[in-house]
Amino acid sequence: MNVDGIRQRFTETLPACDWATVRYMEEDRNFICVRDDVVQPLDSSLDAGVMVTVSVDGGVGYASTSDLGLSGLQDAAQKAKKWAQLDAQHGLLKKEDAQAPQQSGQYLGPCEKPWSSVSLEDKVNVLRDACERTQAEHIVERMAWLYNTNVKSMLLWDGGEIEQNYSILVPEIRATSNKRASTETRSFGGGRLARQGGLEILDQEGFNEAPERISAEAVELLFAPQCPEGEMDLLLAPDQMVLQIHESIGHPLELDRILGDERNYAGTSFVTMDMFGEFQYGSELLNISFNPSMTNEVASYAFDDNGTPAQKEFLIKNGILLRPLGSSLSQARADLPGVANARACSWKRPPIDRMANLNLESGDNSFDELVAQVEKGVYMESNCSWSIDDSRNKFQFGCERAQLIENGELKGVVRRPNYRGISSSFWRSLKGVGNDVRILGTPNCGKGEPNQLVRVGHATPHALFSNVEVFGGEA
Amino acid sequence: MKQLFESCVTHIENSLQGAEAYTANFKAEESDFVRFNKSSIRQAGSVRQAHLGIDLINGNKHAAGSTTLGADPDTDKAAIDKLINTLREQTAVVPEDPYLLINESDKSNSVVRGKELPQSEQLVQSVLDAGKGRDLVGILASGPVFAGFASSHGQRDWYENRSFHIDWSFYHQLDRAVKTAYAGCTWSDDEFNQQVETAASRIEPLSRESIKVKPGPQRVYLTPAALKNITGMLGWGGFGMRAHKSKQTPLLQMVESNAQLNKLVSIYENAENGVAPSFQSQGFQRPDCIPLIENGLYKNCLVSPRSSLEYETPCNGAYDSEAPVSLEMAGGSLKREEILQKLDTGIWIDNLWYLNYSDRNVCRMTGMTRFATFWVENGEIVAPLEVMRFDETVYRMLGENLIDLTEEREMIIDSNTYNSRSTGSTLLPGALIDDFRFTL
Repeated sequence: MNVDGIRQRFTETLPACDWATVRYMEEDRNFICVRDDVVQPLDSSLDAGVMVTVSVDGGVGYASTSDLGLSGLQDAAQKAKKWAQLDAQHGLLKKEDAQAPQQSGQYLGPCEKPWSSVSLEDKVNVLRDACERTQAEHIVERMAWLYNTNVKSMLLWDGGEIEQNYSILVPEIRATSNKRASTETRSFGGGRLARQGGLEILDQEGFNEAPERISAEAVELLFAPQCPEGEMDLLLAPDQMVLQIHESIGHPLELDRILGDERNYAGTSFVTMDMFGEFQYGSELLNISFNPSMTNEVASYAFDDNGTPAQKEFLIKNGILLRPLGSSLSQARADLPGVANARACSWKRPPIDRMANLNLESGDNSFDELVAQVEKGVYMESNCSWSIDDSRNKFQFGCERAQLIENGELKGVVRRPNYRGISSSFWRSLKGVGNDVRILGTPNCGKGEPNQLVRVGHATPHALFSNVEVFGGEA
Repeated sequence: MKQLFESCVTHIENSLQGAEAYTANFKAEESDFVRFNKSSIRQAGSVRQAHLGIDLINGNKHAAGSTTLGADPDTDKAAIDKLINTLREQTAVVPEDPYLLINESDKSNSVVRGKELPQSEQLVQSVLDAGKGRDLVGILASGPVFAGFASSHGQRDWYENRSFHIDWSFYHQLDRAVKTAYAGCTWSDDEFNQQVETAASRIEPLSRESIKVKPGPQRVYLTPAALKNITGMLGWGGFGMRAHKSKQTPLLQMVESNAQLNKLVSIYENAENGVAPSFQSQGFQRPDCIPLIENGLYKNCLVSPRSSLEYETPCNGAYDSEAPVSLEMAGGSLKREEILQKLDTGIWIDNLWYLNYSDRNVCRMTGMTRFATFWVENGEIVAPLEVMRFDETVYRMLGENLIDLTEEREMIIDSNTYNSRSTGSTLLPGALIDDFRFTL
């Protein structure tokens, strides 16, 4: 990245305007996959470009380009100015709502063992070994992969700049078993082991110890009975809690949804602006934080993409809804407090209100203590199906694997576990929170028009809910 | 953009060493995106992006990668050199790929669709006019999308599509809305205004007091837009050769247990009627029409070049995902004017939302109703229905419980803009279904 060159060209191309920024973003992505012991085609990609944002008469316009030359930036600046002028005439927002960034700064993500520090041959061998070790009777497909991306971003404006650099790793192992018309898949983390950092994450998460267990569990599921049907206690593992938090707390608290921006695509919210400060979202055990400073979590940063300094804030404390996931612009529109969550998926898209790291704070119970509380229930692990209505209220989730809990003890494995509920009442049935927080994250959260996929972190312990509607697959 | 693509290809060819060969993929767009909320502009901007993907091949070893392109020839050449050097180093390390299938054809083709579009500012004004006195929310996307392919064997393919897509909803209140779209290569004020008035006329029933119905089976009519969610889910592994051979297809019962759908159901991958490029990312041509399901029976899989070698089946131009890009479903005998009468008492569903498999082995899907969903009694729309969750197998909904499909079909251009504007499309009828299971 030639930042000095972009800064120089930005200064040269700045049109007459109230304020302007240029946001450079570069992603160097690498994907290695071994499937059934065959190394799949390697994929290395570099995606780099800028977005120019111009404000004129209170209107804001955007233009992005992968042409980083002088003429490319000039063209983008003129287009952004044209859109700003049209927005000033016909825009939804008030003139004073959008503001230029104020504070310069830097963020450097954690990384002990960079992707480039290990040879390609060694990385391939780690995956070949993992893939080979998932081999077993009834296993019909085996996969192991590593996805890495190295992100460099720079937000420049007249008088300041923010630089943020970090690396991300998503490791995965999958084994699929089959017998006649029955197929089961077990994975390392359901694709939700996205973390900031380098290859040290493999050791931290026990990647090398996982293949045989994953394979054995995939086969075990083939012969397990269906998950029972009925209302019962439900204990959720962190790799399912990720989706439960994401869909039924994260999305409904996005302030731009509440303000109606997403009604044509991602949807609305059952949460209304008058609920903040008083709505009992969950039981007293529910404490949800927006925490961009969590080491290793996938969406940690010091500033959001509008340049707002980021810090930890509680969205829900002791079950009471306190503040939405609203960036500075949405806060001004709604007259509500918020967080630094204006995020863009890349240089091609403008920032919108997103989740970043959205976490369930640790509770007091060990896993065994949570199990001991259950007379009759199910323990579910690893999300494999997710669905929720457009106001993020009526949900249904499915998991890869479950175990019965009877009289405070874990019992036999059951397959195709599902459960459903309603967000606005579900969290009030939270009756136990573990003290075993695990840092996870999802690499593909979709939202926005034009569409944007961002990475979202969720650190969460096990959690126990009462009286949940649980059921299995087709009889 | 074509000039940029050609200059990149020339540079790749000049950079090859020894026995090296290549395939190259080019993707680009020059799009304007304007999103609206409450009949005003919410965000307005433009995107100019160009990407070059290269698969560098040396015998049976290869490595793939991509880079963004600007417009300065020297900068782009340096980016290509860097990419090729990386791929060359990787190719030296990786083992031979037993499933590398190279298209050795030198046949080239070029498709250029659409001419000059109206200025985006003019389209924005049309949308703002449509929103006057109404609550309009949605997006306008407009401009050209480009794709190119080249290989060492001399093949050169080019695709250029200048189009617009307005995808919007008129809201009554809360989650009640009429969602519609107007898309194409040639703008017509009359067509757009007609679409606006048709959608606006459907807002009135949404203002009536809503009805709740208890979970359980209901007779439903799914519009083509709602049925698209079902076929979209089927496309997630349902028709791919790899998903079939590895027993992960949601249509596993059709493969393993000879399960059938209703004889009315015929589904095709029809490249000829779609708007996507006629070539896939490794340069293989997509045949005009591939029957996937005919008269309720499974016919063919979509076979990518890799699956072709792995499973010893001819490649039929599928992308690596082996998902349909231009899916088409045959119509039935239900006439548009008879839908309400034949529905009699039940639920009219304009749109479904957020589908997922609740039991993939038996192709059971769950999802929600969304936007305009109405309770119908004796062939008359009575009131909007509060959103409901369904959980139902395709074998029931498109099997024993399928009453009829509409004679008339609707072409739905994909409005997806993740990373870049989609060129996918779906041609579908509506479906009248009995005992559709609602659960929440």
